[in-house]
Amino acid sequence: MLTLCEVTAIDGDEGNFTVEIRKSPRYVDVEKCIGCGTCAEKCPAKTSDEFNEGLSKRKAIYVPYPQAVPLKYAIDAQRCIYFQKGKCKACEKFCPTGAIKFDDQEENISLNVGSIIFTAGLKAFDPSGLATYEYTRLPNVLTSIEFERILSAGGPTAGHVVRPSDNREPRKIAWLQCVGSRDLNRCDNPYCSSVCCMYAIKEAMIAKEHARNELQTTIFFMDMRTHGKDFEKYYERAKSEGINFVRSRIHSISEADQTGTLSLKYATESGQLKEEEFDLVVLSVGMEPSPDAIKAAERLGIALNEHEFVSTEDTNPVRSSRAGIYVAGVAQGCKDIPQSVMEASAAACCAGISLAPSRGTLVREKEFPKEKTFGDEEPRIGVFVCNCGSNIGGIADVPAIAQYAKSLPHVTYVEENLFTCSQDTQEKIVESIKEHGLNRIVVAACTPRTHEPLFQETIRNAGLNPYLFEMANIRNQCTWVHSSSKEEATEKSKDLVRMAVARASLLEPIPDLSVQVSKSALVIGGGVAGMTAALSLADQGFPATIVEKSEALGGSAREIERTWTGAKVQPYLSALVEKVKAHPDIQVMLESEVVNASGFVGNFETEVATKEGPQSISHGVVIVATGGHATEPEEYLYGKNPRVTRWHELEGNLKKFQGSNSIVFIQCVGSRDEKRPYCSRICCTTSVTQAVAVKEEYPQRDVYILYRDMRTFGERELLYRKAREKGVIFIRYSLERKPRVEETEEGLLQVIVFDPILQRELNIKADLVNLATAIEPAETDKIAAIYKLAINEENFFMEAHAKLRPVEFASEGIYLCGLAHYPKPLDESIAQAMAAASRAATVLSRPSIHVSPLVSQVDAEKCIGCGLCVEVCGFGAILLEEVEGKGMRAKNIPASCKGCGLCAASCPQKAIDMLHFRDQQIIASVCAAP
Amino acid sequence: MTDYEPKIIAFLCNWCAYAGADLAGVSRLQYPANLRTVRVMCSGRVDPVFIIKALREGSDGVLVSG
Repeated sequence: MLTLCEVTAIDGDEGNFTVEIRKSPRYVDVEKCIGCGTCAEKCPAKTSDEFNEGLSKRKAIYVPYPQAVPLKYAIDAQRCIYFQKGKCKACEKFCPTGAIKFDDQEENISLNVGSIIFTAGLKAFDPSGLATYEYTRLPNVLTSIEFERILSAGGPTAGHVVRPSDNREPRKIAWLQCVGSRDLNRCDNPYCSSVCCMYAIKEAMIAKEHARNELQTTIFFMDMRTHGKDFEKYYERAKSEGINFVRSRIHSISEADQTGTLSLKYATESGQLKEEEFDLVVLSVGMEPSPDAIKAAERLGIALNEHEFVSTEDTNPVRSSRAGIYVAGVAQGCKDIPQSVMEASAAACCAGISLAPSRGTLVREKEFPKEKTFGDEEPRIGVFVCNCGSNIGGIADVPAIAQYAKSLPHVTYVEENLFTCSQDTQEKIVESIKEHGLNRIVVAACTPRTHEPLFQETIRNAGLNPYLFEMANIRNQCTWVHSSSKEEATEKSKDLVRMAVARASLLEPIPDLSVQVSKSALVIGGGVAGMTAALSLADQGFPATIVEKSEALGGSAREIERTWTGAKVQPYLSALVEKVKAHPDIQVMLESEVVNASGFVGNFETEVATKEGPQSISHGVVIVATGGHATEPEEYLYGKNPRVTRWHELEGNLKKFQGSNSIVFIQCVGSRDEKRPYCSRICCTTSVTQAVAVKEEYPQRDVYILYRDMRTFGERELLYRKAREKGVIFIRYSLERKPRVEETEEGLLQVIVFDPILQRELNIKADLVNLATAIEPAETDKIAAIYKLAINEENFFMEAHAKLRPVEFASEGIYLCGLAHYPKPLDESIAQAMAAASRAATVLSRPSIHVSPLVSQVDAEKCIGCGLCVEVCGFGAILLEEVEGKGMRAKNIPASCKGCGLCAASCPQKAIDMLHFRDQQIIASVCAAP
Repeated sequence: MTDYEPKIIAFLCNWCAYAGADLAGVSRLQYPANLRTVRVMCSGRVDPVFIIKALREGSDGVLVSG
């Protein structure tokens, strides 16, 4: 990982790029820096903290934020007194490891790579230039990013909601949406930033949680765009928890009094003028490409679009204009975290295909000495107590802790170290293990979350099994948080060491666990997502079988003529189908269905019912791409009058009823209601696209779109603008007052809708009515039952984590993409399919995979086969199996087990225990604590 | 009773609460030194027996966080 680096030039082509990089000096040796923070504590130079949006101060030597990777300090030379005035060097004087390098120099690095992934991110819109909001002058006008920091426990106010003018807790906060988005008058960002509606709701909800007193929150918005998975439910929850939503775009903010209270004037929907005071106003600022990203894109020679986002095609959503360079995240266009993460995996997939021939060629395996066996030998524990410079030793009495450790049972050897993690100490630990015949090691230092792997490797170098190791966290969870009480910190450290030693004496060696991988994939569903996933794997050399229920490949894309950017779908689709059929590594099974499956990551066995009879397939991974479809409504005369159609049926009807002068689109038909409390995401864009197409061909026709919130997110907003420019009439309706479609006596249609602006009912004569009906997943419950996958209340499959693992299931080796996950446009389905293939390739690219051996263990003698463990396991890692003469017995599947121990805690017979976290090992710590 | 300091056993999930406790350290957030942490791989691992055991062995309180 190269930080503080900038790409200065690039040369070559796909497969063989030379990238020139300028590395700025950090002035801190990352090998030596232990992230203790002593330097920052002693540094006398303060400056504004950028991470906290300037709401707090940082030092000239700093880490940008506590979770920074690498967690190493850096000197800001512009602020450093030594660099500016020639003397100080306090950091150097106090650094316990001699890590300060004032003579650090700029470096030029040249890298030879095959692919490049561009993820240069975004810049938040700066509202300083908007005169009417007076952001720079009024202290209680904040940007949403500033407010985000105020809400953060690690922020300038430790999460307490206060207003800057007087540090008082606000009673009323307003959010103004679309600041720097959907605006061509006051800025140049005509697009929607896609994420601000959601984050404003989130900020309002958290603010209410954090506030000590009752807090009134109001969000002023134009269209509430909660189009993501489960977002609409969050919006509904916010409304029920008292967040006030007002549909109005605020023109200006003025001061109400001397204390900084602010006044907003706005018009309600019915045209009534109101004036309301707020203690704090948050500007929900939009996203822009950062100027640095634009410059970097120019250096890479990749094309940008009119808004200076990287230009891509709908059918190739992460490929830039230059072969071998891929893009992910907001550099390509405004989007949220789940979408950015998916694109990142998709970009990795494209790079993986391009570099497939050289996969694994630069890998080197580390070798360890043979593991010693100890049999029944008594524990001989070595305890290493770390001073961590002065981080531990400066607060707790390390010699006293070490002395105390010597008195504990089974402790054979104790040592104090200045830095237990330093290279020379590692070597000393290996020597001590050998010299004193140690068979368990305890390190009392920082946290196992960062340092356990390092020490486990060290003891492996001495021939010890890595699980004969335990840490006592006496820094992060002791001296750092009890720094004012040296005695208490020392006593607590002793207790923690005693607990660690008690547990260590019961630790056992655990053998490595790896499973062979069957290097092929099963893809369920032959739509665009399924085919893309299969191709993405086959192009990397991993065979794939597509199981498709219907008689043809293509899925719901067969109905689409063009994407919203105008790309023709059918030629693309036929080419994709041809590629799939012709690929030597792809087998297509049409009119086939998965009926049963067993196994686990790397080793699945799936039974498929085909026309020719049942077939069994062995495969290493599963990709679920079962798709979805538009629902058939029972309202608005659909199915009763031939002039009422849904989705792309309209195109057929336009031909059939030529000369139709008036077309009405109705949105949210079956979406965002009680039965389906979700937004179908693609309907607004589709109807607007269709409306524009009609207007372009027949400008004289009347086209109406009846909608609830216009959700043309991202650059789709421009299409909405275009539709209005072309004269498409948009009328908003509410769920409580839905439009009515009626047949007149002459057999024509009329649509009656209440217009909230005119405050009256309109009667629209319609020749055609087209319904944007809800998108539903195809049947998911069978596949969910077969592979033990989670589905949500609306029957969409549930990913393991919306943001962190958006294309994976909780069970290993099973991935998700396309409409089965949530309604989405073609480009997003393709990106998600590539992402699923990318994640699947992390399994398929290895002959065997190492899995954590810290898994459940079933005692078949104690098990009564009640099946509670099977029920509680979220990973399908335990099942009931017939044991001859005994009935059903639980059996664990180590490769699927995550080691959470839910089964062990639930087992009424105590028949299940967890390796490395056995009941007895945990109880040993518990008993040693008081 | 003013000098009374309870001893609290905390079962912390490795992936969230334990990481949070580490982060409190990185951020130098100060809190009373009464807590003794037991790291578990999931708060679901905490068997009621552990809690009873902790209280019987002399802990005054138990925190399960995950």
